[in-house]
Amino acid sequence: MSDLARSELGSLTYDPAPESASIVTLKPHYGLFLDGKFTDPTSHESITTINPATGADLATVAHASSADVDRAVRSARRAYEKVWRKTSGAERGKYLFRIARLLQERAREFAVLETLDNGKPIRESRDIDVPAAAAHFFYYAGWADKLDYAGFGPAPVPLGVAGQIIPWNFPLLMAAWKLAPALATGNTCVLKPAETTPLTALLLAEVLQQAELPPGVVNIVTGDGATGAALVDHEGLDKIAFTGSTDVGREIQRRLATRGTHLTLELGGKGANIVFDDAPLDEMIEGVIDGIFFNQGHVCCAGSRLLVQESVADEVLRRLFRRVEQLRVGNPLDKNTDVGAINSAAQLSRIHEMVDVGVSEGADRFTSSCALPSDGYWFAPTVFTNVSPSDRIAREEIFGPVLSVLTFRTPDEAVAKANNSLYGLACGVWSEKGSRTLWVAERLRAGVVWSNTYNRFDPTSPFGGVRLSGFGREGGRHGLEAYLDV
Amino acid sequence: MTSEPRLGVTKTYKLFVNGAFVRSESGRSYEVTSSTGDFVANVAQGSRKDLRDAVVAARAAQSRWWDQTAYNRGQVLYRLAEIAESRRRELADHVGLSEGLKGSAARDVVARSIDRLVWYAGWTDKVAQILGSTNPVAGPFFNFSVPTPTGVVGVVAPATSSFEGLVDVVGAPLCVGNAVIAIASETRPTPAVLLSEMAATADVPAGVLNILTGRTDELAGALCAHDDVDAVDLAGVDPEKVGELAAVAADSVKRVLRPFDAEDFPLRRLRAFVETSTVWHTIGQ
Repeated sequence: MSDLARSELGSLTYDPAPESASIVTLKPHYGLFLDGKFTDPTSHESITTINPATGADLATVAHASSADVDRAVRSARRAYEKVWRKTSGAERGKYLFRIARLLQERAREFAVLETLDNGKPIRESRDIDVPAAAAHFFYYAGWADKLDYAGFGPAPVPLGVAGQIIPWNFPLLMAAWKLAPALATGNTCVLKPAETTPLTALLLAEVLQQAELPPGVVNIVTGDGATGAALVDHEGLDKIAFTGSTDVGREIQRRLATRGTHLTLELGGKGANIVFDDAPLDEMIEGVIDGIFFNQGHVCCAGSRLLVQESVADEVLRRLFRRVEQLRVGNPLDKNTDVGAINSAAQLSRIHEMVDVGVSEGADRFTSSCALPSDGYWFAPTVFTNVSPSDRIAREEIFGPVLSVLTFRTPDEAVAKANNSLYGLACGVWSEKGSRTLWVAERLRAGVVWSNTYNRFDPTSPFGGVRLSGFGREGGRHGLEAYLDV
Repeated sequence: MTSEPRLGVTKTYKLFVNGAFVRSESGRSYEVTSSTGDFVANVAQGSRKDLRDAVVAARAAQSRWWDQTAYNRGQVLYRLAEIAESRRRELADHVGLSEGLKGSAARDVVARSIDRLVWYAGWTDKVAQILGSTNPVAGPFFNFSVPTPTGVVGVVAPATSSFEGLVDVVGAPLCVGNAVIAIASETRPTPAVLLSEMAATADVPAGVLNILTGRTDELAGALCAHDDVDAVDLAGVDPEKVGELAAVAADSVKRVLRPFDAEDFPLRRLRAFVETSTVWHTIGQ
């Protein structure tokens, strides 16, 4: 069947359509953003961040030590006590509106920088990450002076100082998801970007300066896991918000257990995309492709398990293989690129390892025949069929462009298979029958269910998981709760 | 004619697991005394195995409880209040005996507890309206968020408030559709056993509410370590042991509700055991 998918295509070529990187002016080195200013770290250690699509160095950033983290937390505490807690909701909101607008003004610059540092296609950073980040600030800006009406009782109070640790898959967007609700509710923040993708957070610091956000309200400490651990262990924090792997999240929960620091966790997933025999096939194929290959599959809510009703499995697979063959993999700055670079060598080796496991477990591998660039980190879109529910590729998060396909016969079986996971972040349901979709959605153990669509995000829509996918919600009215003492 | 003094018929106090009254599989029991030190009963001393049985029962029962309509769950909880009302003198006797309260004080405690059950009964079909929302996303989607039960919730009931505290910690997770495993106050367990007897006759489906008596340290540790328990309420845990148990609970990323003052945060317990589930449904012709 896979040969058929290839033979149908013929050769399709496009001329290159690269976005210019000249809009971004990189500094050779970035310090920490403390108390409203870029500051040298105490230790002068630094980390080099690279362009994963080429392997070329982009810049060095400070490696914050625990002493630097301490400075950041103290700065945030001072700003909380002296300024931010006394700032009215209306004024806080106006700062956030400013930030949203500044992000919109500099959107292209942010998009290009995000693509350089992360490896994601410019089409995604330009059309999704950056606009969504601006929208998130805009949405929470409006909440800042309306908290009395948010359903948490009159005059809900902020927690204080929040430590926020974000992942490398949506660097700017995750910064927005963390900062916007925290600031709207009156908290101050210490943000720790991911080791491999610090640059857009540091560009955001410039935006915060342009917005004249009071010094210390947001502090940004770059570094690696040790920096994150120092932040988690800092006793001056009232709250930790973490997005990342379940293993790290569990360790954070354990470490905070004795202190009782407020905690929200947005962790891994193994989302099931359930396709019934009456699904709208054209939309479904696009949604399934988007569900797993969006952002190279570096998405916690990725639809990494495809559950297809047996009666349509052959047709779905035929179309799926064909569509996978058509995905354009390559230069992330090219406006026609669908799938960009894997973010790091470490992640690429994890994907290779899991794909090898899939093959050794006896699943059938279909991988796009696309050519891959010689430099940088790349993995061709891959689909496993003949996967058993007990296989590791059906249970463990791969966090790459790798889809595992399973089949089912009845709605009950679909629900049972979808729920047969320790995770519970997101699922998709594809059917033209609304009653069945809602019946399935009611039974899925997942924080988000997409019906006839996948990987949609909106600042008004709560996002977050159940079970090992973590707890707490980001987005919407529900997202306020994570930063209020209620 | 002199009548012979009648010897009272005393009760065997058992565990309540999967709708049945069982002795501990361990064969153990422990002596419970009143606040003045008088013998009250030998109460079953639940084991880790009893707890695991209760988790299996709760997991199976939870989806059935959630499948019922919210209206129906409200009626079941209200029925529980009705039956408690009809046994309020007996409840007051046990609360008085356990907590060292005089008659009217004990009766007040029971009255408040029953009223609390009625409060929860009324919540079942309002929770979704208060905690849920429709979300105006920027696109052609009908997007809504509903509170869904966390699943299997383990509660360590307050050590001192043997009935009122217990009713509060089981009422909240039950009313939002969870199945509950409650560990009764170790030293004051008999009012909890009465609650299980009332649940058994109030149409609470088997396994939805399980009540274990025994040593809090042993059972709370096993509860927090159990991978198939989704959330724990540590209301009745010694303050210095909360951290240790919360760390154990972290292994399975459980939701952990730490002891707090419910007067300051009236809806915290209700919110603690729901998950927000958001559905995006396409809109089109």
